[in-house]
Amino acid sequence: MSWDQVPGHGLGGHLKTADGHLSYGAEAQPRMGFFTDTSVCIGCKACEVACKEWNLVPEDGFTWTGNSFDNTGELSASTWRHVAFIERSVRDGDGIDQWLMSSDVCKHCTHAACLDVCPTGAIFRTEFGTVVIQDEVCNGCGYCIPACPFGVISRRERDQGVEHGLAAHDGGAHKCTLCYDRLQDGMEPACAKACPTDSIQFGPLDELVATARERCEHLVESGVESARLYGDDPDDGIGGFGAFFLLLDDPEVYGLPPDPVVTTRNLGQIWGAAAAAAGLVGATIVGAIALAR
Amino acid sequence: MTEARSYYGQPILKEPVWKPEIAWYFFTGGLSGAASGLAAAARLSGNDLLARRALLVAAGASAVNPLLLIKDLGRPERFLNMLRVFKVTSPMSVGSWLVAGHGATTGLAATLDVLGLCPRLRTTAGVASGLLGLGMSTYTGALVADTSIPVWHDARRELPFAFGSGAAATAGAAAAIATPARAARPARALALAGAVAEVAALKAMERRLGALVGEPYHQGASGRYAKLAKGLTLAGGALLAVGGRKRPGAILGGSLLLASGAFERWAIFKAGSASARDPKYTVVPQRARIEARASR
Ligand code: SF4
Ligand code: SF4
Repeated sequence: MSWDQVPGHGLGGHLKTADGHLSYGAEAQPRMGFFTDTSVCIGCKACEVACKEWNLVPEDGFTWTGNSFDNTGELSASTWRHVAFIERSVRDGDGIDQWLMSSDVCKHCTHAACLDVCPTGAIFRTEFGTVVIQDEVCNGCGYCIPACPFGVISRRERDQGVEHGLAAHDGGAHKCTLCYDRLQDGMEPACAKACPTDSIQFGPLDELVATARERCEHLVESGVESARLYGDDPDDGIGGFGAFFLLLDDPEVYGLPPDPVVTTRNLGQIWGAAAAAAGLVGATIVGAIALAR
Repeated sequence: MTEARSYYGQPILKEPVWKPEIAWYFFTGGLSGAASGLAAAARLSGNDLLARRALLVAAGASAVNPLLLIKDLGRPERFLNMLRVFKVTSPMSVGSWLVAGHGATTGLAATLDVLGLCPRLRTTAGVASGLLGLGMSTYTGALVADTSIPVWHDARRELPFAFGSGAAATAGAAAAIATPARAARPARALALAGAVAEVAALKAMERRLGALVGEPYHQGASGRYAKLAKGLTLAGGALLAVGGRKRPGAILGGSLLLASGAFERWAIFKAGSASARDPKYTVVPQRARIEARASR
């Protein structure tokens, strides 16, 4: 199945032929994405820095978390690439003999919960099939924040300190745009450009998935049995990720959910229950009036 | 069940950034919605006194409701952006339209009623506000259910019933307080039926969530609020049932039920935060799902 034609299963912003980025008609571009191959990440954080520079993302606190070399902690409104560090001792003897590093990012979901629940229409699907928040529309309602199955989005609170950078501390929700402005000019996103090991690869999703599958097979054959792809399956709970990963352990070890499902997959049950409950409230009111005169 | 693995025990999901106002927003929205339903039904049955008082309760609550919502926005000056689109996938979008329509019809009906003008238009507006009010009483359950927070999303079939019955209980209680006892019998009946239904809906929710995902309702702030709410429901319900025909009984019993409704909204709100904070609530059920698929 082509990545451009993952069928939608609901209403709203799901990427599908009738309603997704292909509704751009002649302006639609091939679906673009990221393949983050964590097996070659060296933890240099060039991606974090390049992203901040290009997108004028304000500082997110100059602190150390104490968790290895992680100093940004998690993805947030002001951290659009987050490099996770996991130190481990897997063989006998003391000392660290395995170091997992991974640059996390918004998944640009095929079925994006954030886009579906946004009440202002601030979040939209671009002609590249990516998911972007429009600063000038977002009213900071915060609904997208707990909706995202990956905890990618947060809000820049207004009292966060000194103003600097575009849209800093504006009370709005922010996340990775997959460098929408660069894409429109035919450039690759800043993080992919800066990554010295090609751990972050950018390109048409179809091609990236093919490359990634080959790479994963190669790793497994050469003895790295723990290598696995995360987010390359269009049949998963969010219809596949626009930004997917090669991991060397279970997703939860990297702070990723092992089996994410878009919230709106269950929209029928949700509205069904709300309608039935509203009917019950109505019936109770009528019953109370009729029986208790 | 093996221990859930995680990244330094950090959350996977983001906690809602909503401030305490949102719990009150759930409370006033539900109260206002069910009260306008009661007002409309009372009007059609000829109980004009109850209709008037319930309508005023509904109008009062529906006036503060949008203010609470606006206060919660990161960019309050952009409240109207809520009404640029209508999206069924977003219960907050549907809810904004409900709040707008309900507020307008309730305000109109209440104003006409107080001024004694255009009784036909007043009744029509009142019935419209009553019908929209039914939606108001349950959509907030859909709103929290349409998130990735396990304790909310996994209770998606029960939450609207919990919110709706809680709305009925608090609306009945408020109307019973505001209305002279002789005309308030239907309000007391609604309060009691709502309280019983709420207890049942919360039980069903607990059963659905199970020990692990439902844990926040038995721990910490949400656990305390949930327990308090349950106790207040029982006390308030009993008082209203036994002594509700007299003013003092109606006022005291009704107040306890109102407090119970507020605490229950708080319990649900706080449970959501706790559920987002601990990655095990996300990882363990998802792992179980993967294993179930593998063994199929
Ligand atoms: S990962 Fe989260 S923020 Fe990114 S597109 Fe998916 S739902 Fe939206
Ligand atoms: S915070 Fe902004 S982007 Fe997020 S759901 Fe609300 S309006 Fe949409």
